[in-house]
Amino acid sequence: MTLVFLLLAAITILGFGAAMSLRNPVHCVVGLTLGLLGLAALYLQLGAQFVGLTQVLVYVGAVAILIIFAIMMTRSSESAEDQTYSHSWRAGVVLALAVFAVLGWAVHFGSTSIPAQNVMPELPVQTIGDALLHRFVLPLEIIAVLLTAALIGAGVLALQDPVPETRGPR
Amino acid sequence: MFGEGILRGLAETARNFFGSYVSKDRLTTIQFPEERIAPIEATRDFPFLVYDGNDWDAGMRCVACQICEKECPPKCIYIDKSKDKKPDAVGKQQFYPARFDIDISVCMSCQICVEVCPFDAIKMDTDFELSTDNRFGGLLLDKHKLAKSNEYYHHIHPTEAAAVDAALADERAKTEAKAKAAAEAAAAKAAAAATPSAAPKESAGGE
Amino acid sequence: MIVLSPSNIERIDQIFVLTKHWLMGYVPAVAQPLTSAILSVLPVLIAFPAIFAVTTLLERKGLGRIQNRYGPNRTGPWGVLQPMADGVKSLTKEDIVPATADRWVHFFAPVVMVIAAFLAYSVLPIGRNMVVVNLSSGVLFFFAIGALVEVAIFMAGWSSRSKYSLLGAMRAIAQMVSYETPLVLAGLVAVMATGSLSTVSIVEAQAQYSHYLPNWFVFTPWGFAGFVLFMIAATAESNRSPFDLPEGESEIIAGYFIEYSGFKFALFFLAEYLGMFATSGIAITLFLGGWSAPFSFLTWVPSYLWFFLKLLAITCGFIWIRGTLPRLRMDQLMHFAWKFMLPMTLLNIFAAAAWKFFPVGILRWLGCAVFLAVAFVLLTRGLKKRGDVSVRQYRFAD
Repeated sequence: MTLVFLLLAAITILGFGAAMSLRNPVHCVVGLTLGLLGLAALYLQLGAQFVGLTQVLVYVGAVAILIIFAIMMTRSSESAEDQTYSHSWRAGVVLALAVFAVLGWAVHFGSTSIPAQNVMPELPVQTIGDALLHRFVLPLEIIAVLLTAALIGAGVLALQDPVPETRGPR
Repeated sequence: MFGEGILRGLAETARNFFGSYVSKDRLTTIQFPEERIAPIEATRDFPFLVYDGNDWDAGMRCVACQICEKECPPKCIYIDKSKDKKPDAVGKQQFYPARFDIDISVCMSCQICVEVCPFDAIKMDTDFELSTDNRFGGLLLDKHKLAKSNEYYHHIHPTEAAAVDAALADERAKTEAKAKAAAEAAAAKAAAAATPSAAPKESAGGE
Repeated sequence: MIVLSPSNIERIDQIFVLTKHWLMGYVPAVAQPLTSAILSVLPVLIAFPAIFAVTTLLERKGLGRIQNRYGPNRTGPWGVLQPMADGVKSLTKEDIVPATADRWVHFFAPVVMVIAAFLAYSVLPIGRNMVVVNLSSGVLFFFAIGALVEVAIFMAGWSSRSKYSLLGAMRAIAQMVSYETPLVLAGLVAVMATGSLSTVSIVEAQAQYSHYLPNWFVFTPWGFAGFVLFMIAATAESNRSPFDLPEGESEIIAGYFIEYSGFKFALFFLAEYLGMFATSGIAITLFLGGWSAPFSFLTWVPSYLWFFLKLLAITCGFIWIRGTLPRLRMDQLMHFAWKFMLPMTLLNIFAAAAWKFFPVGILRWLGCAVFLAVAFVLLTRGLKKRGDVSVRQYRFAD
């Protein structure tokens, strides 16, 4: 629990808390970006450079931009007037605590199988690349096909409107 | 199509860049006010009053006929006619403008005052550096500020001034010729009247 | 008189590193990490804004001469004090925030943009042993930081609550997102050739000399194509002419920073130019050999000097392009990115991979060059619009 970890954790929680509780959607997006950057910094602090930087590249550079586009195109940037919390928020809190408890129990009791190390293992990008192309090549190809299908589907959806027939000269 | 248009454009811009250091064609800026281009002769900005000779007050050609004041479209000329007369450049007694103001913030440089003036007294100047920080009269030019000499007129509009001078000289010559003819006729008549009256006076005096 | 002995050359080359070590000797052990970080970052914070000031003057004078006029020449001889005059102007102008603007987002947008621009310099090797932090995935870090700039642009455009700024922000983000893919793919070939994502090792792989010529990647066919594609994408990423539709003054007034005045505007300007320098820097690192000298007999010149000379050359190239080409329309921009740049960069990756599998020699040079040339010709001819002039059919109007 070093000072850097506490600082980064505070920033992350602040970001995601803002994303949950602010009324203006654009403020929520900015808070979300801040939280994602905090997560990426936590990854970097743990020594996982590739994962941390890919988190910034993918989440901040693509997902947050996607949400931004959605907000800009639909003009939902006006603040919500009525209550933004759902009516069943108590049940939600109970559920969240239950999930947290299950995860914590899994992490705590599962961590005994991993030997405690003082030196963090080096995981260069080459190892990740090797694993992706040797051990995990089938999931990689399936994800590629899935992404291609999504891209083609998006293109087809965008081109849905039929082209009107040629009209005579006006 | 293969990008060679872009490369040709880049070559042209590079030629402009390096050429601007060696040739004046590729650097056509005139750094005003240190350098100026000579204006063409037909340039016009605001009117001025022409005077002949050295004394601006005595040599002014304007006789306060007030035609330009009446013809001016935005009515920016203000003339007060004098009560007395003074001799003009040829010696004839003429009225003169006691006050001749032009408001150049109103003047639209239409040159109508120049076109209607029968005495070639008001002409168009080429001076444009007239800004002043006096908002309450700095742009109202009075008679003294408007008076500029005939030599100055020759300097800014040489052909026009030469033509005006020739026309004025012509007119003066015609007037003088007419006056001389009239004087000669009067002298002849006076001589003819004098000699018969002299003879009987002499015979009456001789008894 | 400094004698150019090898040890002296080494000393001049490493002068900043040696200065830092000397200063660190005076700092107590407990403050060493923080002081080391500050001393590493300080030169970047001082040098690149200074280069920005010089570049604004260079750009105005260069563009002026290209356009047959003088640039600024009244402030100081040849206008050298113009950046100071610009600085004073931007500092003393009134800071106007629209009444309906979102105050905090409006305030933080230029801050985030400048932070993102400065962060990108931390993986650039400016000289031998002169990199702020030697990340093992430095190239990935650089491209990840580029994504932050888009968030800052959105914050600026939306918070001003003005139609022009929102439209400009949408266009700017669309443009930057579209050109990010060709940018990364074009830079990928250098990573493939080196086998490492670390910028330091990429430069060191190019700092070898064969006969007198260096092993820069730009002298290989895939490297040359990659460099050209990378520079085109970099011009689009920094919103510079001919891709400056989001901020062209005659198009949309000033796009997403239309409601900014005074110092915040200066910060946006600074961030845009810093982004331009950072992208040029990474192009120099990936393709032009970073801090290495162009000929093996010129290695006595300090390494940082070569880096800045190459940066100057690329900046002059940017200014030259700006003075030459007209602005691209939005749809032309997008077509160019998705229909030409993306396939071209993918084919370039094929060429770079083929390079590794052929034996060393003139054959692989010719093979890759021919492959790329044929691909270029086919792509440009295929994309050229037929000159058909018929009644235009609209999909959304009517």
